[in-house]
Amino acid sequence: MMWRRAAWQTGVLCSMVGAAIIAGGVGSQSPAPSPQAPPAAPAEEHVEVPPPPFTDGIFPCSSCHAGMPVNRARRELTDFHADIVLTHDEEHRWCLDCHDAENRDQLHLASGAPVPFDESYMLCGQCHGEKLRDWRAGVHGRRAGQWNGHKTYLLCAHCHNPHEPRFKPVEPMPAPARPSRPGAHDAEGRR
Amino acid sequence: MSPDTNEPRDCCAVRTMEAGSPPSACAGAAASNWRVGAAPSECGVEARPSDPPDRVSRVSRRRFASIAAGAAAGFLLTGCGPRRLKEMDRDRLRQAIGEMERKYAAQYGTAVSVSDAQAIPGVEFAYALDISRCIGCRRCVYGCVEENNQSRDPQVHWIRVLEMEKDKGVDLSEADPYYEPKAVPEEGHFYVPVQCQQCRNAPCTKVCPTGATWTEPDGIVVIDYDWCVGCRYCMAACPYGARHFNWGAPTIPEGQLNTDTHYLGNRPRPGGVVEKCTFCIQRTRAGRYPACVEVCPVGARKFGNLLDPGSEIRYIMEHKRVLVLKEELNTVPKFFYFYAT
Repeated sequence: MMWRRAAWQTGVLCSMVGAAIIAGGVGSQSPAPSPQAPPAAPAEEHVEVPPPPFTDGIFPCSSCHAGMPVNRARRELTDFHADIVLTHDEEHRWCLDCHDAENRDQLHLASGAPVPFDESYMLCGQCHGEKLRDWRAGVHGRRAGQWNGHKTYLLCAHCHNPHEPRFKPVEPMPAPARPSRPGAHDAEGRR
Repeated sequence: MSPDTNEPRDCCAVRTMEAGSPPSACAGAAASNWRVGAAPSECGVEARPSDPPDRVSRVSRRRFASIAAGAAAGFLLTGCGPRRLKEMDRDRLRQAIGEMERKYAAQYGTAVSVSDAQAIPGVEFAYALDISRCIGCRRCVYGCVEENNQSRDPQVHWIRVLEMEKDKGVDLSEADPYYEPKAVPEEGHFYVPVQCQQCRNAPCTKVCPTGATWTEPDGIVVIDYDWCVGCRYCMAACPYGARHFNWGAPTIPEGQLNTDTHYLGNRPRPGGVVEKCTFCIQRTRAGRYPACVEVCPVGARKFGNLLDPGSEIRYIMEHKRVLVLKEELNTVPKFFYFYAT
């Protein structure tokens, strides 16, 4: 599959990823892999994505959380993060099901394995496996770049707020002008 | 050629044939001679007053016919005269494109680049649109207008988004393109954007009386705007309403002209020709995605090379429920609709 071929290069280059892609959101060329670089080990694990869409100034989380005791009790947040509304299987999910209590700057899977924020698709894919499969193939979600070359993906979180993932309705752009002709009926049947 | 210069010479056989007609008619007839390559001075037959009128006319007719035949043969053999863009060799095409660029630069006061990129070998473009994702926001419609230099007034839209009811399914007779709610998607509705379906068995190219529209090797149905006579037969033939006639020259607000154009695509059109989606030929032949693919906020639009087994379009064909509009008409579109979920 296309993404696997791309992922070979991508895995090699994953250290360069962050800066290279984001300019303009549309990556245009694929830089050549460096000959010294070791072969990409977990090629299927890495997909080139822009940096996660953090709220300004909120990352790294450890800058606040480092000295705080961990409170694992489910509760309504009032002091901070009160703006976060969880409508994402909220009956069964809680912050620390995805956010890692030990290392606040990363996420973790259901197995406890840590996942960095720029691979959060692994976390989403635990439940939404068929979406992850389609996303890897370029079928779920937006893509930019070139149809016959380098492509850039977006993380799930670039489009879906992970805390309330369903899209909100948007205002449509104006309807096309109706054809006009003298004496024509309008939509209500008036002349 | 003015009547004055002809008048005193009085050498043309045509003139003699019409000896009785007033000078103005003679001048008109003589002036029309240049069309077949014969200037009055070359008519050759001196009209002597003693010649019987019938002899003069017989000789001149033969002479006229041979000159006309010679001119026609020369026209055909030398290949002079206007040509379809499709038939031009590369040198002639570059020359024509240079003329276009100069014309647009003068008309719009900015440098316009007209690409002559040809089809990439081994590529057949196809498009897929996810009906389960489209929210009917019409971003694609206006993204297309800006990319492809469509006229703002009179309004030309190459993409039309149809709102349909979930209860009725894909039913074009119940579709509404003029929906205008406060927010989309509307409850109980889904959306089917329609643009040129780039048919393999395209009815539009068959009916064109001037051969101004054809299918390129990469599967894009294109129009030679300089050869289109605006008869709109193709619009009558298209079962998808995908072709649009621009009643006036496109009006594009200053500074909004997309100067990255292609000679078969989004270059500014003259008024009175038919135009339509070309899969953004100016972008896709340069490896980019069409503008509507990039602008779609929900990622419902997919594009790629049907001949590449690794392309996303092939993944869709192989893994998703895919349909085409009006399949029963055997137009064999390369624009597919699918349900990702």
